[in-house]
Amino acid sequence: MRHKQVISVAFLLTGVAAMSFAGPSKPAGGSVSGKVTYEGTPAKQKPIDMSKEPSCAKQYTTPPTTETVVTGPGNSLADVVVYISAGAPDEPPPSQAVTFDQKGCRYIPHVLAFQTNQELKVVNDDQTSHNIHPLAKVNHEWNKSQPPGTPPLSEKFAQAEFIPVKCNVHPWMHGNFAVLKNSHYAVSKEDGSFTLPNLPAGKYTVTAWQESYGTQTQDVTISGSESKSVNFVFKAKPY
Amino acid sequence: MRAYKLGLNWMFLAVLALLAIPSLALAQQEPNSQQGSAQPATQPAPAQQAATPAPAAMPARDVHQESHLGKLTGHSESGRKLYFRFCWGCHGFRGDGNGENAPYLNILPRNFVAATFKCRSTPTGTLPTDEDLYNSLGRGLNNSNMPSWISLTDQQRADMVAFIKTFSPRWQTEKSGDPINVPAEPALTLQSIKHGQELFQKLECWKCHGQEGRGDGPSASTLTDSNDQPIRPYNFAAGSRFKCGVSNRDLYKIFLTGVDGTPMPSFGDVVKPEEAWDLVHYLRTLQVRQKSPELTLWMSTPEGAAIVSAQRISGTPTGSGINQ
Repeated sequence: MRHKQVISVAFLLTGVAAMSFAGPSKPAGGSVSGKVTYEGTPAKQKPIDMSKEPSCAKQYTTPPTTETVVTGPGNSLADVVVYISAGAPDEPPPSQAVTFDQKGCRYIPHVLAFQTNQELKVVNDDQTSHNIHPLAKVNHEWNKSQPPGTPPLSEKFAQAEFIPVKCNVHPWMHGNFAVLKNSHYAVSKEDGSFTLPNLPAGKYTVTAWQESYGTQTQDVTISGSESKSVNFVFKAKPY
Repeated sequence: MRAYKLGLNWMFLAVLALLAIPSLALAQQEPNSQQGSAQPATQPAPAQQAATPAPAAMPARDVHQESHLGKLTGHSESGRKLYFRFCWGCHGFRGDGNGENAPYLNILPRNFVAATFKCRSTPTGTLPTDEDLYNSLGRGLNNSNMPSWISLTDQQRADMVAFIKTFSPRWQTEKSGDPINVPAEPALTLQSIKHGQELFQKLECWKCHGQEGRGDGPSASTLTDSNDQPIRPYNFAAGSRFKCGVSNRDLYKIFLTGVDGTPMPSFGDVVKPEEAWDLVHYLRTLQVRQKSPELTLWMSTPEGAAIVSAQRISGTPTGSGINQ
């Protein structure tokens, strides 16, 4: 009797030890990182005329430009979504919400990546009414008005899709939702860099998506906890 | 020349052979002119078939859909025949809105594969109810090329609704949205109209619809629908029928559900029911060419009378550029 108890306690302990080892505190550690650049001449981004919306126009000393191609020093490309399109299992959404802000009649961020069924909060920080109109094709298209001072909208998308978002009241407002199936994604920073951490060993397809230039893919094999470098070069078109 | 004749003979033989197969589907693929003489007696009356362009090529669809409208039950099998007689010319062979006539239409025919519908009683982003589709069919969509199908029987319209639901897989995986609750209309008061007027400003309806409701607001000229086609905001002053029904209840639904596929958003999350009714009352006063209790009451006040008489001045179609 006493023997049995000891054994069961021992089992329990080993079980706890094993769980803490395999638990989320110690993720398998491979990663993919790199840089997104362009070659050629990207389209010149035009200054936005916000004079029809004075409450927004007055927030800028120099008018902001369109963001269909966002470049940085050294031919780097920002706002490119890099994600694992094949090789990683679909994941349930994280409990944390992502926020899409409307400020100064622009979308911040311009490209917002999140997972399927993850909560998306849409905030209006402006003194004017916006309507949020995601032009979804795979998901459901909807269109909601958000006057100033109203609480954030809470939305979800069930299917993976790149969805252009616009505000019909302010035709220059244009953004993108990247709804992805797993948590291995990144949006390239201003210097074009990105990192996809926490990748277990395996074969993956890495895809980079730019709103004007489409997608590029590369295959990567990660063994153990190595860090692979993957770079993407987009051909820029001047118009 | 001879080779051509031979070819024709050969074709005729082939046609005969095909017609011999007791399948309506195959027979219909051949030109109508040859059907009269060569058709086996077992076939149904040719007159009706001739009018039906090509049931032959109707895509085989193993999806069955029903529509339920009170006592009526529509079946997609019956609706299929009607669709390929009346609807496919615009809405297309695959229901994707790419029919033969589509390039000539200004407001493009609905794409049933995308399953985005304008006139709904359900929240934005959800599927409409059977009744919504049925009503749209009976009403037609004003200012577009979609006519009213009130000439068909109720059963036929119910069948068409059922068939339209076979085009998108959404109808198999999802239920229609829950219709929004439309509370009873409160009594019309001047206060209600004035509050509606404030809301029209506050919600910035005028950005598209214009301060006088002429559809000439600052954003009006930039609007496009989800097919990237230019679209105009509703011009209240011109006073044409509303697309999604003419009653005050229909108008109420429009801004609480939005007109999906167009720039008109849903105000469902931001407008309270009593506010929505106030807005309905005010919008009626913008329809200066239509008699309504709202307009009569509004014009009984000096302020309202002045506004309405100014709005009745007609100028260019958009109301801009008028010099008094």
